[in-house]
Amino acid sequence: MQRNIVIWITALILVAVVSVAGTVYYVGGGPKKKLVVSTTTSLYDTELLDTIEDQFEAKYSIDLYFISVGTGLAIKHAERGDADMILVHAPSKELSFLEGGYGVCRKIIAYNFFAIVGPEADPANIKDLSPTQALSNIVETGRNEDAKWVSRGDDSGTHTKEKGLWTTAGFNWTTLRNEEWYVEAGAGMGKTLQVSDNLDAYTLADMGTYLKYYKDGIISLEALVTEGEELLNVYSAIAGNQTRHSGINFDGAITFIKFLTSEEGQEIIANFGKDMYGQSLFYPAVDLLKHNTVPTMVQWIKNYAFFNGYECPPEYQDDHPELYT
Amino acid sequence: MVWEFLQNPIFQITIRSLHISGTATLLSALWSLPLGILIGMKSFSGKQFAKGIFNALLGMPTVALGLILYLLFSRTGALGFLHLFPSPQAIIIGQAILVTPIIVSLTISAVESVDPEIVDLAKTLGASELEASLAVLRESIGGVVLAIIASFNRAIAELGVALAVGGNIRGFTQVLTTTIALEVNRGKIEYSIQLMIILLAIVFAITILTNLLQRRIK
Repeated sequence: MQRNIVIWITALILVAVVSVAGTVYYVGGGPKKKLVVSTTTSLYDTELLDTIEDQFEAKYSIDLYFISVGTGLAIKHAERGDADMILVHAPSKELSFLEGGYGVCRKIIAYNFFAIVGPEADPANIKDLSPTQALSNIVETGRNEDAKWVSRGDDSGTHTKEKGLWTTAGFNWTTLRNEEWYVEAGAGMGKTLQVSDNLDAYTLADMGTYLKYYKDGIISLEALVTEGEELLNVYSAIAGNQTRHSGINFDGAITFIKFLTSEEGQEIIANFGKDMYGQSLFYPAVDLLKHNTVPTMVQWIKNYAFFNGYECPPEYQDDHPELYT
Repeated sequence: MVWEFLQNPIFQITIRSLHISGTATLLSALWSLPLGILIGMKSFSGKQFAKGIFNALLGMPTVALGLILYLLFSRTGALGFLHLFPSPQAIIIGQAILVTPIIVSLTISAVESVDPEIVDLAKTLGASELEASLAVLRESIGGVVLAIIASFNRAIAELGVALAVGGNIRGFTQVLTTTIALEVNRGKIEYSIQLMIILLAIVFAITILTNLLQRRIK
């Protein structure tokens, strides 16, 4: 009987060892190099990155690992050396990320617009107003308890944009957030839209995620304010700095950035969602900036997302000037 | 046909979940079982305290453990040189730690419910310390199996650790719970429901199995 138990225990140890060895093998044994990309939720939630991943991996011997976390945490990941590169949309944060010496080789890959979305009944009467006027109306209606605002509340790119818009509209976000009608979801874009939909509330959304959720019938909120320079949304790719974290897959990051800004990559971005939603969710930015095809648009992007007139200041180009010619 | 089925993401995610949580449970058993048997059999001064610690750790919130492990496994963390974030191994280690108090506590109870005379009897019959432990283990094997099954259930159903140190990466660290959480955010409700049904089926099947075992033992 006791021999039986010894056999059982030996078997248990064997199975455990084999399992662990198997895991090590199937994780570490692959021939492909990993590229860990921490990304804003909007690019992930729309499934654009799934499409890009399929086409990129078919061409290169690199395994793309996307972690969808929002711009705030994505930047943190890269600062700690946990991500090889990031896809983000908060220029002010990107600048301090570059200045902190954490990232290099920033490239603007795409843009679209944020929208102030809300219930069809539109209790604050904001349809087609300017963004700042719309926000003033929402505050007023909110204080009269007739409207609610849902904020991402997660330090993401959209949240950063929202705080900026409140400032432009003449409000102090830190006091607004304590008011009754101001709800902080603390969640990604998709979740926040669902929360707003359930509360019949207004929120700020990137057009890509909004359109996908609207057309898929997940939410019934209307896009009420969609125009204005203030609502511009610019997506960038930034590689981690290998002099700071030597272990990162820097070459892989550059390869992926080049793919994203190549004709092929830009084509994927331009066409993504066209067949499903009748319009593009994101607009490619590379050709636009290079050839100045739509001057007003280029000027808006430069005002909002350029640093001292540069897409990426020369000191952060890290011997890859070919990215900027 | 078979190949297509094997390539199906739902199948792969399910297998990955079973593999990760199964490995975590077995790995944990390697240290938790001896620890549980030892604490259960011996009488020493800090025994109640040790039992109290493990009982308290039973309620470890997975988000807390996830955050602690992320900070450890992060490149700039104490164990950053292991390059464990993000990876399935990181989830395995995390879940193994998570279920340790379950296996230890339940094993202690099982061992303590064994008649202490068995040890004396075994020793008078000339058994060594290890042989006496094995005799106790044999008597309490039902409880020990329960401990392992309950641990597996906890591991496969947890979200915090898997998300924090795995990152829900497609084809790499996506497990049932993380996929459900993120696909719901993406609005892919039907896909999430399919995964949820699988997760519930696994958890319920194991719970029923546990109950049947319990009845047989009693």
